[in-house]
Amino acid sequence: MSETRELDFAEAIREAIRQEMLRDKTVIVLGEDVGKFGGIFGCTKGLQAEFGEERIRDTPISETAIVGAAVGAAVTGMHPIAELEFMDFIGCPMDQVFNQMAKIRYMFGGSMKVPVVLRTPAGSRYPVACGAAHHSQSLEAWFMHVPGLKVVTPSMPYDAKGLLINAIRGDDPVLFVEHKLLYYAKRMASLRGPYPTLIQKVPEEPYAIPFGNADVKRLGEDITVIATMMMVHKSLRVAEELAKKGISMEVIDPRTLVPLDKQAIIDSVKKTGKVIVASEDTKRAGVGAEIAAMIMEEAFDYLDAPVKRVSALDVPIPYAPALESTVIPQEKHITEAVLEVVGQKN
Amino acid sequence: MELEKQKLLLMYRNMLRIRRFEERLAEESALGNIPGLLHLYVGEEAVAVGACSALRKDDYITSTHRGHGHCIAKGGELRKMMAELFAKETGYCKGRGGSMHIAAPEIGIVGCSAIAGAGIPIAAGVGLSSRLRGTDQVCVSFFGDGASNTGAFHEGMNLAALWDLPVVYILEHNLYAISTPAAKSSKLKNISDRAAAYGMRAAVVDGMDVLSVYEAVSEAVGRARKGQGPTLVECKTYRFRGHHEGDPKKGEIYRTKQEMDEWEKLDPVPRLGDRMIKEKKATQAELDTIDQEVTKEIEDAVAFAKESPSPKPEDVMSYLFVSEK
Repeated sequence: MSETRELDFAEAIREAIRQEMLRDKTVIVLGEDVGKFGGIFGCTKGLQAEFGEERIRDTPISETAIVGAAVGAAVTGMHPIAELEFMDFIGCPMDQVFNQMAKIRYMFGGSMKVPVVLRTPAGSRYPVACGAAHHSQSLEAWFMHVPGLKVVTPSMPYDAKGLLINAIRGDDPVLFVEHKLLYYAKRMASLRGPYPTLIQKVPEEPYAIPFGNADVKRLGEDITVIATMMMVHKSLRVAEELAKKGISMEVIDPRTLVPLDKQAIIDSVKKTGKVIVASEDTKRAGVGAEIAAMIMEEAFDYLDAPVKRVSALDVPIPYAPALESTVIPQEKHITEAVLEVVGQKN
Repeated sequence: MELEKQKLLLMYRNMLRIRRFEERLAEESALGNIPGLLHLYVGEEAVAVGACSALRKDDYITSTHRGHGHCIAKGGELRKMMAELFAKETGYCKGRGGSMHIAAPEIGIVGCSAIAGAGIPIAAGVGLSSRLRGTDQVCVSFFGDGASNTGAFHEGMNLAALWDLPVVYILEHNLYAISTPAAKSSKLKNISDRAAAYGMRAAVVDGMDVLSVYEAVSEAVGRARKGQGPTLVECKTYRFRGHHEGDPKKGEIYRTKQEMDEWEKLDPVPRLGDRMIKEKKATQAELDTIDQEVTKEIEDAVAFAKESPSPKPEDVMSYLFVSEK
């Protein structure tokens, strides 16, 4: 029988990679510092010792070559997992991501598969560390705009393992976004306290979670909060607090932005009639904009109030904690938005 | 290098197939039968044919926006090529790709990209894949002098050299990046001098002579197959037509008529033909027969393309993903 242990996000990622590498010899990892060092956030720790330097490959600081080589290997029978050390670096290999990896299958009439999993850490590390402008961004919305890419944004260890296994077993290019704060749970009690959902029971045996299946992280009646990655944990904390005031918040995690589980969102809108989209990317033309527009098009009649977005301010992410915590949406921003929409000001 | 007659005749035929195919494309384009841009390879046929003659069917190539020649030289069927250019469902990419995006994995064409330099790191990955799958397949990556100034060139070359990957990089130095002369893009006369900086072997060859290209690439492929790493083969060549078919006066705005005439004297197709006749490896009659057969093959390809159906609008979302889940 399967043993269930408590894992944090990084451990779940590592277990998924390891189990898939044991299952399939065509699965390889390439990226900066993924070898002996174990990845900048420890997600490949110990894997080079187990699988060798050929399959766990340290690369030069050459993001274009990392993604390009992954694409070339993928179209000729391999299943590469490429790692970009920070999502902020994705501008460097952008052509390989949006013109090659994403378009190859379609523009070549379906004659090829491009099974690349591109993993990358995103998001603000406030209050753990201040990463500032080039180590803190959440850029997933850019890639929702690129036909041909799947965009996966897990929030919890259980989802991370199952979604990553699904990505590796699939034959399509996947951008797998990992919020950096999720990695720190076992190392930092100060995070585990407020966000107990950062650590979860995760089955030891491999399992795949199909894309396009949202997960209701908390059932509620009064308002739907559609949240991604770290915002899921923040929203759950707010829901706990607001429950004491008699407000029942439903929290839905789409888990994958492309494909998006529209039905789960619409079903929840039908129930609550009030919606907030909480995501950590900048507001303009972002994740919230897309989901809000989808709701307007497909579930307008069920809305009792305008959809509200809780997202980052449209500025670069500043260094000073006082500024960063203003730019990056915190619990208080979610709380204010919920109270506003349900019409119960503090 | 002494080559048997059949191999030489095949090289001649393949160069002629590319030449006649593209001449016909220019005509069909003028008639309005081809909806897209055309970047013709006329004049550079010796590079594609010399290089691909050194490859097996299961070897790979990556190609560029100027890729018809590479695809035909690697074994591409003229019917499927022509149908793709005519934007038909029977084309290599079912009319989704067009001139600049042809792929045929069954004969090792892992794709043409219209982004200069994009194929260079991809080829490194193809080479890595060959090695990890335990095959001895080699990947030839074609690109131009223009692409050699991209960051993708630097990253891809470094990675291929660092990991001793089975890749042969073929730099088609045709002197112009659209209109900009190579001398205004790089200090180097031989761009392949850069190979030394990556710890990679290099060769410079007359790209208007199919046998020189064949010889250099054969050597490089041999080394790559044995696990001895990549080579950069710089082929000095010239395009006889403009950057694309809309380029006024075939590019006389940025290059002189005299220069164009000088290079045309080196036309690789008659050059091989004349040499074969001189060395008594072919007769004029044999070469004429090849020309007639090739012309017929082109006619057949055009007829096939014209008769073929267009893709259906209702299928526009097909081929985006293998699976929705």
